[in-house]
Amino acid sequence: MSTATHDPGTSVAVPVTRTDRRHVKAPIALGVFALLAVLLFVFGRRDGVATFQLSRAADVVQVPNIPVPSAPTGIVLAFVLVALSILSGWWARSGRRTPTWLVALFAALFLLGFLAWAAAGATLPIAGLLAGSLALAVPLIFGSMGGVISERVGVVNVAIEGQLLAGAFTSALVASITGSSLAGLAAAMVAGVLVSFVLAAFSIKYFVDQVIVGVVLNVLVSGLTGFLFAQLLSPNAAALNSPPRFARINIPLLSEIPILGPVLFRQTLIVYLMYIAVAAVYFGLFHTRWGLRLRAVGEHPQAADTVGINVAATRFWNVSLAGAIAGAGGAFFTLGSVGAFGKDMTAGAGFIALAAVIFGRWDPIRATLAALLFGFASNLQNVLGIIGSPVPSEFMLMLPYVVTIFAVAGLVGRVRGPAAAGKPYVKG
Amino acid sequence: MPPDRLGLMTLELRGITKRFGALVANDHIDLAVEPGEIHCLLGENGAGKSTLMNVLYGLYQADEGQILLDGQVQKFAGPGDAMAAGIGMVHQHFMLIPVFTVAENVMLGHEEVGFGGRLDLTAARAKVREISARFGFDVDPDALVDDLPVGVQQRVEIIKALSRDAKVLVFDEPTAVLTPQETDELMAIMRQLKAAGTAIVFITHKLREVREVADRITVIRLGKVVGEAQPTATNAELASLMVGRSVELTVHKEPATPGAAALQVRDLTVFDARDQMVVNSVSFEVRAGEILAVAGVQGNGQTELTEAILGLQPRVTGEILLDGSSLRALSVRRVLNAGVGFVPEDRKEDGLVAEFTIAENLMLDRADREPFVRRGTLQLAYLEEFAEQKITQFDIRAQGIDTHVGRLSGGNQQKVVLARELSRELRLLVAAQPTRGLDVGSIEFVHEQIIATRDAGIPVIVVSTELDEVVALADRIAVMYRGGIVGIVPGDTPRDVLGLMMAGEPAPERGVAA
Repeated sequence: MSTATHDPGTSVAVPVTRTDRRHVKAPIALGVFALLAVLLFVFGRRDGVATFQLSRAADVVQVPNIPVPSAPTGIVLAFVLVALSILSGWWARSGRRTPTWLVALFAALFLLGFLAWAAAGATLPIAGLLAGSLALAVPLIFGSMGGVISERVGVVNVAIEGQLLAGAFTSALVASITGSSLAGLAAAMVAGVLVSFVLAAFSIKYFVDQVIVGVVLNVLVSGLTGFLFAQLLSPNAAALNSPPRFARINIPLLSEIPILGPVLFRQTLIVYLMYIAVAAVYFGLFHTRWGLRLRAVGEHPQAADTVGINVAATRFWNVSLAGAIAGAGGAFFTLGSVGAFGKDMTAGAGFIALAAVIFGRWDPIRATLAALLFGFASNLQNVLGIIGSPVPSEFMLMLPYVVTIFAVAGLVGRVRGPAAAGKPYVKG
Repeated sequence: MPPDRLGLMTLELRGITKRFGALVANDHIDLAVEPGEIHCLLGENGAGKSTLMNVLYGLYQADEGQILLDGQVQKFAGPGDAMAAGIGMVHQHFMLIPVFTVAENVMLGHEEVGFGGRLDLTAARAKVREISARFGFDVDPDALVDDLPVGVQQRVEIIKALSRDAKVLVFDEPTAVLTPQETDELMAIMRQLKAAGTAIVFITHKLREVREVADRITVIRLGKVVGEAQPTATNAELASLMVGRSVELTVHKEPATPGAAALQVRDLTVFDARDQMVVNSVSFEVRAGEILAVAGVQGNGQTELTEAILGLQPRVTGEILLDGSSLRALSVRRVLNAGVGFVPEDRKEDGLVAEFTIAENLMLDRADREPFVRRGTLQLAYLEEFAEQKITQFDIRAQGIDTHVGRLSGGNQQKVVLARELSRELRLLVAAQPTRGLDVGSIEFVHEQIIATRDAGIPVIVVSTELDEVVALADRIAVMYRGGIVGIVPGDTPRDVLGLMMAGEPAPERGVAA
């Protein structure tokens, strides 16, 4: 717990010097990717010009297309990447950590080189790529916010998938019947809360293993919505499965920012709600009484108990809140993008959201970035498939999961969740 | 009776009774603490001190009895109520969130918030600084608790209680985790608090500390108040109150007739997971038929030393030779097969499987070999016979061999461990804290078994933080301090010399028998 140098009572103060293994991980990883870049961009170089299309026809500010000659760009970038990895290795030798900006720069350049390589001889719609990424990331972000809250308060939330699916189903049904997409969204949140109630009741009151309850809930929701879909929604699709979708709302001025403006601010209500949710969860967790108590309960419930915080109630209500947020994410499937419910339409998004929580180290902002990365990787695969890229789409589909494995393996720093997550709190 | 002295408070407990099933943890306990008084609650482990304080703090509800503050009967549904009434507690295991800062820990549960529900960290920092300044603590409000030494963490606990205007402050075994210097500093803080008018309840089982700071002493044994004493009472008087008879910890034993050196440890060094050297180049030997007691304040490398011998520590250098063959780098299984018996210091965690029956626990170490198993099938009939025999031989008090070990008393659990370890063919016995938390009768039994093992010509290592036990059992004593052995001295070395050695002072020239 404490640094042993000050603490002869519980451990012995003889520090041992040794090169920190963490400093070596980054250069090795960068080196591997630099090697990959050399193989791909130099030896596997493709001739032709990749055209990066930055604006869409509807955008207010039109940015001209940028032609990128594939082979020269690739070669130059490959050497820059090699240089960066050598720099990182050199710093590691002299005991310095590889700074985050270097890793970020490396990643950006690698991505640029990869896009130039993959889109050689074709036009790559960057704006469409980004917009599609965001669309795929929205439910992931809602799900991961639910995950962050739930795990921070000490309840492992494997049921995100079930909450998303319940939200998707309920919103389609309720919005179709009422004709109001807002009512559908509210119903989705209620559905998420109901799934959470089960998780909370079993894990907090009856101390059942949280992972098992979560898995069972996912199966239950999948079966239930599948059954109701086949028996109820499919035969009466016009009446029960034709929800009105949310209309796009342009935010004045902001939506006119070149490139990113239309992507971020020509969106539906549900996406704006997502922005608010991320900001609110971040501010709430780290700057309010609610967040302090929530985190205390997830880290050391007994300590929270001894200062008069009701551990069970705190857990129960915050797990419910997490369900409401995840449920709203489910509504995006039906009211924000597809426009109708389909069996198992979430297709594992809840599990990727869970991965985003871990990749994001239980931090709402990082989890959002992780979800965006996963959305980007998924959509990149779509776009490259359309423009005819040499990379098999199955390989690209693998990317988010590979990234997650690296993340969990500790490549992006020490991954440590809330200390009491998954452990039921038994008083006394 | 309204409080006539502002900010001061008198605490009174009347007839507090708390039962856990059939066990009466507190039996009609009365206690009164005045403002500006340090009232010591003295008792052995398991006497019911902590239960009583948890009742006071609202963590448990008393079955009978009343809590009065300034003559008013209080009803505490939870710790929040107790704190609101002015009771603060410094827990034995600190109730601090390691990943929070000092200020965040102090404010938790009674946070002040500003605009938009934003936490007012500035106010919390100011509060920490103000209380720190008042008592001369040097505590940085923005330091992460995880990074602080244990002694400072304890001060954070004190600040936490004082920030809620605690007028009655309970210290639950506060010195268990402290070094002697930190203990002295804590005593000074307690005197300071007392001078400020705080009523202090000081729970401990260490006599020296009691006599140093107590104004009044209440002794608890087996859940009952057995007497009050003045700080002028001698150690012997206090100890006899505590254990209920005049302490005769000297077990009857014949002088040792040691044979050849059986266990030889040379330059043994152990690193822990955090790269700290926890055992520092230790060398000693144990002869057949003698008991080497390893004394020292807890956390000076004794645990790691015993674990290294058993093969539980991954990063070990040096030599461990048992009858000439090396034990180092062997798996635990092979070490056990080489004839090492091991009584772990935490019997519930490491010695037993609480959910298993007595019989199952008795064969844990040899469930894979004959006669307990034949052709892959457990021989339940043989096991039953074996377990029945051990229950009689080791006087294990239980309903039967199918009783779950978790339901036994500490003493009977330890007998199960001993029965298992001693019924192998031993060439070395390592017993770590073999009597921790046991009642006097069980202690006697365990000591007799250890001496009998010695008399059978087996080398024995006993690790103990209790000086009484060390002196009672040892033929020779090795004192550990900060991972090293300060010295190895004869078993009849005076206690004051041992005490100095436990603080790191080398042994005087006389009779160093290494």
